[in-house]
Amino acid sequence: MSSPAIQIENLSKSYRINPLASHLSYRTLREDLVNLFKNGQPKETLWALKDISLTIQKGEMVGIIGRNGAGKTTLLKILARITPPSKGLAVIKGRVGSLLEVGTGFHPELTGRENIYLNGVILGMKRSEVVKKFDEIVAFAEVESFLDTPIKHYSSGMQVRLAFAIAAHLDPEILFVDEVLAVGDFSFQKKCLGTMEKITKQGRTILFVSHQMEAILNLCPRSILLEKGKIEKDGPSQKVVESYLQSARQLNDGSLRYRRDRQGVGHFRFVETWVENKQGHRVTAVLSGDPLVLVGEFEVAEGKSVSDVEVAFAVYSANGTQLTDLCNLFTGDFFEGKVPKRGRVRCIIPRLPCNTGLYTYNMFAASKQVLQDFLLNVGSFEVESGDYFGTGKTIAKGQGHFLVNHRWQLEAIG
Amino acid sequence: MQLETRIEPPKSWRAIPFKELWVFRDLFWMLIIRDTKLRYKQTLLGAIWVILQPLVTAILFAIVFGRLANLPSLNVPYIVFAFSGMVAWNFFSQAIQRASGSLVSHQSLISKNYCPRMLIPMAACGGVLVDFLVTFIVMGVLLWIYQIPLGWQLATLPLWFSITLVLVTGVSFWLSALNVFYRDFSHALPFMIQLWMYASPLAYSQEIIPTSWRGIYALNPLVGILDGFRWSLLNLSDFPLFSITLSFLISLFILLSGALAFQRLEQKFADII
Repeated sequence: MSSPAIQIENLSKSYRINPLASHLSYRTLREDLVNLFKNGQPKETLWALKDISLTIQKGEMVGIIGRNGAGKTTLLKILARITPPSKGLAVIKGRVGSLLEVGTGFHPELTGRENIYLNGVILGMKRSEVVKKFDEIVAFAEVESFLDTPIKHYSSGMQVRLAFAIAAHLDPEILFVDEVLAVGDFSFQKKCLGTMEKITKQGRTILFVSHQMEAILNLCPRSILLEKGKIEKDGPSQKVVESYLQSARQLNDGSLRYRRDRQGVGHFRFVETWVENKQGHRVTAVLSGDPLVLVGEFEVAEGKSVSDVEVAFAVYSANGTQLTDLCNLFTGDFFEGKVPKRGRVRCIIPRLPCNTGLYTYNMFAASKQVLQDFLLNVGSFEVESGDYFGTGKTIAKGQGHFLVNHRWQLEAIG
Repeated sequence: MQLETRIEPPKSWRAIPFKELWVFRDLFWMLIIRDTKLRYKQTLLGAIWVILQPLVTAILFAIVFGRLANLPSLNVPYIVFAFSGMVAWNFFSQAIQRASGSLVSHQSLISKNYCPRMLIPMAACGGVLVDFLVTFIVMGVLLWIYQIPLGWQLATLPLWFSITLVLVTGVSFWLSALNVFYRDFSHALPFMIQLWMYASPLAYSQEIIPTSWRGIYALNPLVGILDGFRWSLLNLSDFPLFSITLSFLISLFILLSGALAFQRLEQKFADII
């Protein structure tokens, strides 16, 4: 007989946001003192989660999907006890492990060995458990010969492998996994997903947040679609993923200003993004073979100066596979010198080589090796079939993502 | 046996999670070991700094307050008097400096991971323990050089150390939690530590404080702690009962209030940090 491992009743989480001060992540005493004497501060309540009720049986592997800001990470953070809910109740039966970030607590000066122990313990293992699994972890990560080297000398791929290896050897009864598999190379991702699959076969319960629909479809029989903090759909993954992709078509307004799920120091920040056609009009759909312009509007934080900025947009297919990476360094269009306070970057693709379908993109900006801003899933564009080859012919929708300019020859031999 | 966790909205007061702190004891030790290792790894002179800092300060006190101002020093050489205070003071000031920024510098541990957050400032204090031991050895050397006779009072050292630990942990809970909300505290801290130093009998001896003022003076819990350390290290005869009792009670109050305040504020850390 199955029994619920997780029982959630009317769980809600609200944040109070002060739109005027949203650029500051912390308060200063002075500000609060000033605000005490100012009435009518415009405060908005934002419901990150609203009345979530959910039962998850022991041994189930459930995928959680939804747009950025839909509340996926908030839900995991509440269940992992990182942040408390504002209302409602959740009861969890069993030992919990959470994996919201890989390599938490890694320190570049410490050796691989030292970091394995530290990170394992941070993830909730006992030291004795890490000792027991040490050899397995090292073999999984393939770092045997570098154990006593400080990890600052590891390649980034090695660091990610090591971090995953530790995480994959956690064995709690209930595991919460956030979008952590988005990094790392593909073969290693597969290895990790395989390990996760093995874990559920042993009767463990897993909640898995991902933007990679392929991974969700492969691993989770059941999925939950969150939208604006509410459960939009709950059922077999195939159906839920389908309806998510449908709704993704009527996508966002492109404003990035209030996105909280970003990485980087933030002196340079993208505030809006959109797609333009050859006439310079904002569009949501373009034709294959037509020019496409991806635009990112940015601002430089008050009192900061950013120079020599490097910008990259990565394009993804609707099922979450990265198709390409567009970067001003590749094309040699360097943005040397100081960046203006406000401005736009335009990435111009003269002849769009994408087949019919929905595409999404990420935005990345760095300056002098420092990550400034990195946002997943910022916008999307629909590609309708167009005259790419100049012959009036097109390829069918299911026949690949790309259109490639090509020629044919036929010659006789002998 | 089935473990059951209930997740509910924040409460205004929560108990101190002794059981959980015990479950996460490995993390506590690992953080202490990491802090200690890192500190000695990254510096060329490592332990030398730990010795030099309090020693040079004690020498300065001996010159300025002993030689130039000619202040009394409990009938022992001024340098020994000054250093016997530095043993406790150095631990205290280093620990609260490290602890007050500890939550902010462990952001990802707080926003991406679950552990009883109290561990973080506690481990930061623990990271200074090795330094404390090193200064203690230097103290032993000084006592030997100046031929100060050792007495049975030495056996009471763990007691004074425990009071110091209680005070340090309490102050750390307060400062680290408030620092998450208001970074102002990190700016005010060096100034606060300096004030606290001059309000404690560290560079000078209590003998110069008028007797009628000593009651108020002893409200500073460090007064009793320094009295206790000196009493046992310097083989003094008068046991400072009043200041030590007061110091113990005040330190305990700071620890309890700090722990409760921390438990209350902790629930908002992940959203704010």
